[in-house]
Amino acid sequence: MKNFKAVGGRLLQLALVLWAVVTILFLMFRLMPGNPMAAYIDPNFTLEQQQQLMAQFGLDKPLWQQYLIYLGNLLQGEFGQSFRYREPVGQRIWILLPNTLILTFSSLIVAYVFGILAGAYLAWRRGSWVEQAAIPLVLTTRAMPEFWLGMVMLAIFSFSLGWLPAGGTRAPGNEYSGFLDLYTSRDFLAHLALPAATLAIYSQGLPLLLMRSNMLDVMKEDFVTMARIKGLSNWTVVVRHAARNALLPVMTSFAIAVGYQLQGNVVVESVFSWPGLGRELVNAVAASDYPLAQGAFLMIALVVIFMNLLADLLYAFLDPRISHA
Amino acid sequence: MPEIAAPAIIKPRRANILARMFRALRLPMNDPFAVAGLLIYLVFMVAAVFADQIATHDPTEILYTPSYDLAADLRPGQDGFLMGTTSLGRDIFSQLVYGSRSALLIGVTAAFMVALIGSIIGLVAGYFGRWVDAILMRLADIAFGIPFLPFVIVLAAFLRPSIWNVVIAMALVLWRDTARVIRSQVLTLRTRGYVEAARVVGSSDFKIILRHIAPNILPLSFLYGSIAIGWAILTEASISFLGFGDPDSISWGYMLQDAFASQALAKQAYYWFVPPGICIILVVSAGFFITRGYENILFPKLSR
Repeated sequence: MKNFKAVGGRLLQLALVLWAVVTILFLMFRLMPGNPMAAYIDPNFTLEQQQQLMAQFGLDKPLWQQYLIYLGNLLQGEFGQSFRYREPVGQRIWILLPNTLILTFSSLIVAYVFGILAGAYLAWRRGSWVEQAAIPLVLTTRAMPEFWLGMVMLAIFSFSLGWLPAGGTRAPGNEYSGFLDLYTSRDFLAHLALPAATLAIYSQGLPLLLMRSNMLDVMKEDFVTMARIKGLSNWTVVVRHAARNALLPVMTSFAIAVGYQLQGNVVVESVFSWPGLGRELVNAVAASDYPLAQGAFLMIALVVIFMNLLADLLYAFLDPRISHA
Repeated sequence: MPEIAAPAIIKPRRANILARMFRALRLPMNDPFAVAGLLIYLVFMVAAVFADQIATHDPTEILYTPSYDLAADLRPGQDGFLMGTTSLGRDIFSQLVYGSRSALLIGVTAAFMVALIGSIIGLVAGYFGRWVDAILMRLADIAFGIPFLPFVIVLAAFLRPSIWNVVIAMALVLWRDTARVIRSQVLTLRTRGYVEAARVVGSSDFKIILRHIAPNILPLSFLYGSIAIGWAILTEASISFLGFGDPDSISWGYMLQDAFASQALAKQAYYWFVPPGICIILVVSAGFFITRGYENILFPKLSR
C-alpha cells in the first residue's frame, strides 16, 4: 500500500516534469531570432498552406492561446510540418528513432558487459598494479570528447586502414526490402561498428566504476565473510556471492545511461553522419527548421524523463531495502 | 611581557585569512594524481595567461611561407611551424595556446556559476525545508528532465552565439547535481549541536547559514565545481564542433570543427586534430583527478 502511494507520487512528479519541459520548450522556441510566425511557416508554402498552418498553430492569437493550442497539438502527437522535408515532423521522427535506438542500445550493451566484468575484476584485484593503472585510464576515457574519439577512430579505421566505412548506415546504392533486412545486413553492421565502438568506449566507465565500488562495498558485508569462512573458493565468493549483489545498482544505472547516451549521440551521430535523432536536431537547428528541431528535442527529452523514472522504480523494486521517501 | 606577545598572536591570524581559506578548501596535496591534476591546471593557466608571449603567430592570421605561398596544410616543423598549419594557413600551435584561454575561461566561469547556484539552492532548500525545499527540489527534478546538450545547442543557436550564452545555458541545467548533494548534506548539518546552539542564542537564519553551515559545505561545492569545469569544457567543445560556438574565439572545439570540415581526417592530418583532443583530455581529467583526491578526503570510506 505504501508502495502504491509512493509510485503515485512519483507519477505526479513525472507529470510535473513533463509539463515543465514542454513549457520550457514552448518558451525557448519563442526566443528564437525573428518573427515567431516565420519560424513555423515556411515562406515557400503557398498562401493557402500558410493560412491553414497559421490556424492550426494559432499563430494569429495571443501567446496564452498559442500555448494552449500547442499543448493540444502535442497531446494529439501533432508536431507540425518540417520545412526541409515537407512532411509531418512525427513521421520524420519515427523514421529516425530506430537508428538512434539501435546505436544507443548496441553501444550500451557492449559497454555494460565490458564494464561489469572489468569492474568486478578490478575490485577483486584491489591494490594491484593492474588496478592502479586501470582507474586513471578509465577516468581518462570519461574525459574524452566523444566526437573527438569518433574522429580519431574514423581517421584510423576508415581513412588510414580502410577497414570500415566512413559514415551513414549503408553503402550508396544498396537498397533493402525491409526493416529487418537492413538492420541485419553486413553492410549496416559495418557502418554501425565505429559509432557504436566510440560510444561504448566512452560509456564503459560508468558501469565499470560503479561495479567496482559496489563490489568493494559488498565484499565487506557479513555474508561474504561467512562464505569465506565456509572455505569457498575465491572465485565462488567473488562471482556467486559478491558480484550478484553488486550488480543491482549497476543494472539500474543502465536506464540513466540510456538518457545520457541519447544526449551524447547528438555529436557522435554528426561525426559519423548517422541518420538519427541527434544529428537531425543539429541539422534542423542549423537550417532553422524549427518544427523538426522542436520535435526532435521533445522526443529526446521524453526518453530522458522516462528513463529517469524507470531507474527510480527499478532501484526501489529490485532492492527491497530502499524505501520510497 | 604578555603585552607584547598578545598582538603577535592575533596578527598572524588576521594575515593568514588567505591561508585559512586555502585550508578550508582542503586541497588534496597528498594524493599523487590530485597533485598531477593541479600541475596540469597550472601549466594550462600559464599558457592561457601568457598566450600572447607563448604563441608564435596570430591564431587567426592567414600565413605565408618564406616563398610567398599560402602556408596551407604544412606538416609539423615545416617552414618553422611547430605543429603545422591548417588548410587555411593558420598556425596550429598558436591556436592550441589560445584555445587554453577560452577553455579555462569557460570552464572556470561555468564551474563557478554551477557551484554558486547549486550551493545556494542546496543551502536554502536544506536549511528551510518544508515548502521551500519542495519547490526547489521539484525545480531540480525538472532540470534533470532537460536533455542537457540539446538544450545548450538550441539556446546557443537562438541567442547570439557567444561564450557567455553557452556558459549561462550550462549553468541553467547543471546546478541540479550540486544542489541535491549539498541539500542532503545540509539536512544532516542543521541538526548538529552547534547549529542548534546558534539558533537558541538567537542567531538569524542568514547568519546560521553563512557562518555555521556554509563553511562546512565549501569543500563539497569545490568538488562539484571541479567536476563542472570538465563538463563545461567538454560541452563547449561539442557546441563549437557542431558549429554553434562563438565565431570570434579560438577554442579547441572550434579547431576540431575546422579540421573536421576541412577533411583533415581524409588527409590524415593527425597533427591537426589530435592535439586539441589531447588538451581537452588533459584539462578534464586533471579535474577528475583533483576530484578523486577530494573524495578520498571527504569520503574516506570509499577509498578503503
